[in-house]
Amino acid sequence: MLVTSDSATVDALRIEAIHKAFGSFVALKSVDLAIHPGELVCFLGPSGCGKTTLLRIIAGLETQTSGRVIQNGRDVSNAPPAARDYGIVFQSYALFPNLTIHDNVAYGLVNRRRDRASIESRVRELLTLVGLPSEGPKYPGQLSGGQQQRIALARALATAPSLLLLDEPLSALDAKERDRLRGEIRQLQRRLKVTTVMVTHDQEEALSMADRVVVMNHGAIEQIGTPHEVYERPRTPFVADFLGKVNVLKATCVGSGRYRVGSKEIATGSNGIATGDAVRLYLRPEDRILADSGPVEGMPNALSGVVRNVDFLGTYCLVNLDVDGFDGQRMLVYFSLNQTLELGVREGARVAFALRGERVRVFNA
Amino acid sequence: MLVAVALFVFMTAPLAAILLRSLEDRDGAFVGLANFAQYFASPAFSRSAGNTLTFALLTTLLTVPLAFAFAFAIQRSCIGAKWLWRNIALVPILAPSLLAALSFIYLFGNQGILKDVLPWFGLTTIYGLPGMVLSMTFSAFPHAVMIMLASLSLSDARLYEAADSMATSEWRKFVTITLPGARYGMISAAMVVFTMAVSEFGVPKVIGANYSVLAIDIYKQVIGQQNFQIGAVVGLILLVPALVAFFVDHAVRVRQKALLTARSVPYVPRPSPVRDRLMLAFVMLMSAAMLVVIGMAVFGSFVRVWPYNLSFTFNHYTYGFEEAGVENAYRNSLTMAAWCAVVGASLTFAGAYWLEKTRGANLVRPLVRLQAMMPMAIPGLVLGIGYILFFNHPANPLNVLYGTMAILVLSTIIHFYSSSHLTAVTALKQLDNEFESVSASLKVPFYKTFWRVTVPVCLPSIIDISRYYFVNAMTTISAVVFLYSPKTMLAAISIVQLDEAGAIGSAAAMATLIVATSGVVTLLSFAVEGWLLRRTQGWRRAAPTR
Repeated sequence: MLVTSDSATVDALRIEAIHKAFGSFVALKSVDLAIHPGELVCFLGPSGCGKTTLLRIIAGLETQTSGRVIQNGRDVSNAPPAARDYGIVFQSYALFPNLTIHDNVAYGLVNRRRDRASIESRVRELLTLVGLPSEGPKYPGQLSGGQQQRIALARALATAPSLLLLDEPLSALDAKERDRLRGEIRQLQRRLKVTTVMVTHDQEEALSMADRVVVMNHGAIEQIGTPHEVYERPRTPFVADFLGKVNVLKATCVGSGRYRVGSKEIATGSNGIATGDAVRLYLRPEDRILADSGPVEGMPNALSGVVRNVDFLGTYCLVNLDVDGFDGQRMLVYFSLNQTLELGVREGARVAFALRGERVRVFNA
Repeated sequence: MLVAVALFVFMTAPLAAILLRSLEDRDGAFVGLANFAQYFASPAFSRSAGNTLTFALLTTLLTVPLAFAFAFAIQRSCIGAKWLWRNIALVPILAPSLLAALSFIYLFGNQGILKDVLPWFGLTTIYGLPGMVLSMTFSAFPHAVMIMLASLSLSDARLYEAADSMATSEWRKFVTITLPGARYGMISAAMVVFTMAVSEFGVPKVIGANYSVLAIDIYKQVIGQQNFQIGAVVGLILLVPALVAFFVDHAVRVRQKALLTARSVPYVPRPSPVRDRLMLAFVMLMSAAMLVVIGMAVFGSFVRVWPYNLSFTFNHYTYGFEEAGVENAYRNSLTMAAWCAVVGASLTFAGAYWLEKTRGANLVRPLVRLQAMMPMAIPGLVLGIGYILFFNHPANPLNVLYGTMAILVLSTIIHFYSSSHLTAVTALKQLDNEFESVSASLKVPFYKTFWRVTVPVCLPSIIDISRYYFVNAMTTISAVVFLYSPKTMLAAISIVQLDEAGAIGSAAAMATLIVATSGVVTLLSFAVEGWLLRRTQGWRRAAPTR
């Protein structure tokens, strides 16, 4: 069934009001989403947020309670998996253990009655594509986890699907291999321009790989945006909290984008809140100006505080500050290792800094 | 789906037939619990029930400690040739339980060579309870040993290391760590042995003399007097201990799961000269006893007249069978066992595949799962009664099956379905759940993946299931004894007949044939498995190259 679209470009994938309930548990609450051709979209959220269920509904491995899935203008809502057009890669690789790497990659090709020579050249092409051109005769058990996942990727891409689904593809790998494969998948996806949906619970993975991130919680989409948008301008407290570290300060609106924390006033770019309302200010530890490049006294939102604790994290230190005038509300602030040395940051020391007011996100309490 | 229907027709329906018939009189009118009242009031019942309990309890009390000690020697001591002892302990599985009864008659019976030993143990005769308990122990021993071996193989070395660091004595470690760890295995083994003994038919028939048990009662009522109502009542009574055992065992298994964590470190025994020598002596004694029991029957089948004329003869295998009219029994058993191996393994594997790897039909699934596990709780005799009542009923369109080879095959498959089902499920669970999803995304139909991946990967388990069906079909009596016709007489049943006719030599000959066949088939299946593994399963041995 063809659905005519009024926009010039047809979305690669449209999710319309997808609802999924398992008994009394609602896994997805009327989710809408449009994915453009060639982009890499990450579903990001804590476990149980419904991201995997959504992916499985797109794949036809799970049936939605209501709602539609439209792929390239075709309504596939009730189509079985085999009648849809996608390749899929699972966390567990799911390579057939009794078939060679070659036969695994060729698995979907053989079924399409293509002649032997074209299958051979396609398998060779794919193995080269994933950087394992000579592993064809081996069995999956002889490869490392990262290599197996590359083969799973080659197998999924073999039939040139218009959509690639990745279900936590890197979660089973060790840290080094994960970093390497992360870059490789991103490069490959850019080169092939294949529309890709990836599920992950790892925010770093989502931010570094995705064109757009879909942040999900409790079966609903919290925010859709580029990695920069969701990190720098989170639309909900959940998004601000889930992505990266954030300070949450209790405050009261005093009008024209100014908020009182304790006895201090913070100027932000955030208007539209009625004077007197209780709010929460969300501010990341890196949204500060330090005194290493010049004095901060006299700057807007200049503050000072006493160092209570220093967490050494390698390149950075996360410093827990008791801010003067904040009535005991603590703040976490990043200092580079060099800055801690230059500014004499250690427990009990007093440091001066200024907040970047334009970065502060304000939510009603 | 087909398997679900088959399980229903060939298991649940016959059981329901028992329940219904137990509430009817001879003319089919509903009489409520009158049959039960009549049976419970009879002195025959209380005697049989008491006897059955005594027999089952004594067998359990003898078998479980022996099996525990045997398994302990293999898993927790440093004796040599463990594979040898382990395999000898499992040999009785290949034999019908009757074989042990025959051997004990040869050894301690009226003409037994060792009957003068009996008074040393305060016994006057082997017939009756003593012979039954000994024979049953022989038959049940391998089943108990297998459970105990599995139970004792689960152990956490760190517990022993912690105990060592606190300078704990060997005995205290045994009592505070080893025994509690094996507790669930022991309960499980006790339940299995107890159930086997309660529903055993062959052993009391051959060596029980006048010691009446429920299993014999049921046979006399149904076959002897055509009293199906009382047969159904006894059948339901037999079901009670079996069901209790089944649920206790199930509860125990669930608790056992939590006993070990993934991070446990397996225990490796260290040499201890005294313990190891004691254990070796015990294991050798047990193995020798088992070989003597098997060997006695084999020997007896080749001598002219035990114990007076010990010259060699094949007569028991030729004239003996002809005289009793059971010359086709062995061939029938082979046919039936082969069918069970092929049909049973296909059906079981397909059923397990449907349960584990397909989706949909969520309402039927738990019911099918329950039905797949139920045969474990149903004594063969009860199943047999159910089959008579259900398939012999004139109104049942399936009554054409009655008296055929097909009904023997079907009842045997159902009888041994649960263990086979568990083996298949375990094998399938080791396969990645996403194989079916990946195939669908590649537009490969599920049956192609089933043939190209699922079956090849599970092949060793499928062969195991086939072998299990074959061996059990060769040795089983309990269900089929109600269902055979003169044309479909089976080898194991013919032993009972030969023994009744006084042809103990021929009975031993038939038992020997069964053991030999089961043994050869088992060895063959291992050979085939090994060959297949080398030919098609190279991927299993492929070690990571990095």
